[in-house]
Amino acid sequence: MTRFSAFELFRQGLTGQSGWKPQWCSPEPKAAYDAVIIGGGGHGLGAAYYLASQHGLRNIAVLEKGWLGGGNTGRNTTIIRSNYLFPESAGLYDHSVKLWEGLSQELNYNVMFSQRGVMMLAHTVHDVQVFQRHVHANRAAGVDNDWLTPEEAKAYCPPLNISDNMRYPVLGAALQRRGGTARHDAVAWGYARAADRLGVDILENCEVTGIVRNAQGAVEAVETTRGRIKTPKVGVSAAGHTSVVLGMAGVRLPLESFPLQALVSEPVKPVFPCVVMSNTIHAYISQSDKGELVIGAGTDIYTSYTQRGGLHISQHTLEAICELFPQFRRMRMLRNWGGIVDVTPDRSPIVGKTPVQGLYVNCGWGTGGFKATPGAAHTLAWTIARDEPHPINAPFTLARFRDGFLIDEAAAAAVAH
Amino acid sequence: MLVIACPYCGPRPEIEFAHGGEAHIARPQDPSSLGVEDWTEFLYMRANPKGLHAERWRHIHGCARFFNALRDTTTDQFVATYRTGEPRPDLTTAVKA
Ligand SMILES: Cc1cc2nc3c(=O)[nH]c(=O)nc-3n(C[C@H](O)[C@H](O)[C@H](O)COP(=O)(O)OP(=O)(O)OC[C@H]3O[C@@H](n4cnc5c(N)ncnc54)[C@H](O)[C@@H]3O)c2cc1C
Ligand SMILES: [Zn+2]
Repeated sequence: MTRFSAFELFRQGLTGQSGWKPQWCSPEPKAAYDAVIIGGGGHGLGAAYYLASQHGLRNIAVLEKGWLGGGNTGRNTTIIRSNYLFPESAGLYDHSVKLWEGLSQELNYNVMFSQRGVMMLAHTVHDVQVFQRHVHANRAAGVDNDWLTPEEAKAYCPPLNISDNMRYPVLGAALQRRGGTARHDAVAWGYARAADRLGVDILENCEVTGIVRNAQGAVEAVETTRGRIKTPKVGVSAAGHTSVVLGMAGVRLPLESFPLQALVSEPVKPVFPCVVMSNTIHAYISQSDKGELVIGAGTDIYTSYTQRGGLHISQHTLEAICELFPQFRRMRMLRNWGGIVDVTPDRSPIVGKTPVQGLYVNCGWGTGGFKATPGAAHTLAWTIARDEPHPINAPFTLARFRDGFLIDEAAAAAVAH
Repeated sequence: MLVIACPYCGPRPEIEFAHGGEAHIARPQDPSSLGVEDWTEFLYMRANPKGLHAERWRHIHGCARFFNALRDTTTDQFVATYRTGEPRPDLTTAVKA
């Protein structure tokens, strides 16, 4: 596998950039693996990479029913931040941000992680109190998060409308300067290429249709559209389809799957320096390096697996965007789409063991798991390799619902991108 | 936007409704005798099916009443709506989608 470098780019240039090889091979499935991961999004591919690179498990495979990153990884608005309220969340999300900071180097793949700052707007007295509480809690947990006045917010993001004639005027903002965005596809491809290099089999167009358990109830094999694969360990990172996949092993989960939409504008010159989120009026916006405005809308109100949502949901978001950034009123939208997000009652993820021996799950990331890709994958790999929780993912156990230890980011923020 | 047939008011646009989650989850008759696993099941565990889903809706900006619906979550098509208290329709004999 060719290492990417400026020199290599130059060398390939001498032959018209025609010498590049595929970034991962597409082998036939083997009859058995030491572990398989279901789901070829960032989380699943990352887990495979860390299993191979940190735990020496190389006879493993990632099974993806479609193409790599075709799920929420390739559909999300790529906001990365770690300023969640509770210490457990700060631990997990900040672990992730720290891994993001070195990821391009580690994978030899430019994931275009850009710490341009994530600004969350407060529009009501309640917002102000909640965000200031977050700022204090984050500081106590060692996570950066600053409170800005409306004028300071505008200085950081000049397109922002801070006039007081808006329906929901901007009363202030919380800014995490280490937050930002990354290139969604590159995360999937970078992990896939790095895992492939370590011997991991990346199997696309391979849908898991059954999980086979032995007489003791432990995982024994998976049935797939490309045949039965024997394995003692199965890690599931199937996002919106997790209830379906774990249902194959008879495990019920506290999840509901909802459509979540995003849209992009036509590309324009750099006009938007950071990420701005408004939970209260439901709008999220940043500008990609290609120049498109990337805009995130809310979820639909009903559960669904259709990967599309109602147009009135995106319309509502665009109204908010036009009010917050009047200069975008005549901007044309290029595409919109939906993904299916798996939502837990407390809006915190579930990462760890399941009641079935050999079956591990990483789900419930809902509307906000892209930011956690490296951290979740890294700790999931640990749990799969050692059959025990990692200190960082331990609080995110499925058993917390039984034991009453919810990590209630839902109550803390209402929306959790 | 979905068109939803309230069993009391007839077809109305989705924005008049609130979604009430999975239907037919009965509150325990004798809560104090319930074990921790049963509470977990009642409070948190959900079928979340890919396919037919029995769910509660509330016509919040209309008659404000709760009712139930059968909807296919792979197409979002409503197969039936029915009043609270009525059993889940048996599709083998009743409605054709
Ligand atoms: C519109 C939108 C905007 C979002 N914005 C943000 C954001 O700004 N910031 C943020 O942090 N998060 C955001 N998210 C959430 C984020 O995208 C997800 O939490 C994250 O990408 C999940 O990654 P994953 O690898 O677990 O899932 P996915 O990328 O969805 O991967 C799961 C894979 O499993 C595969 N699969 C499912 N069933 C099977 C089966 N039976 N057999 C084999 N394979 C199977 C699927 O095909 C899929 O490729 C957003 C999501 C959406 C939809
Ligand atoms: Zn009605």
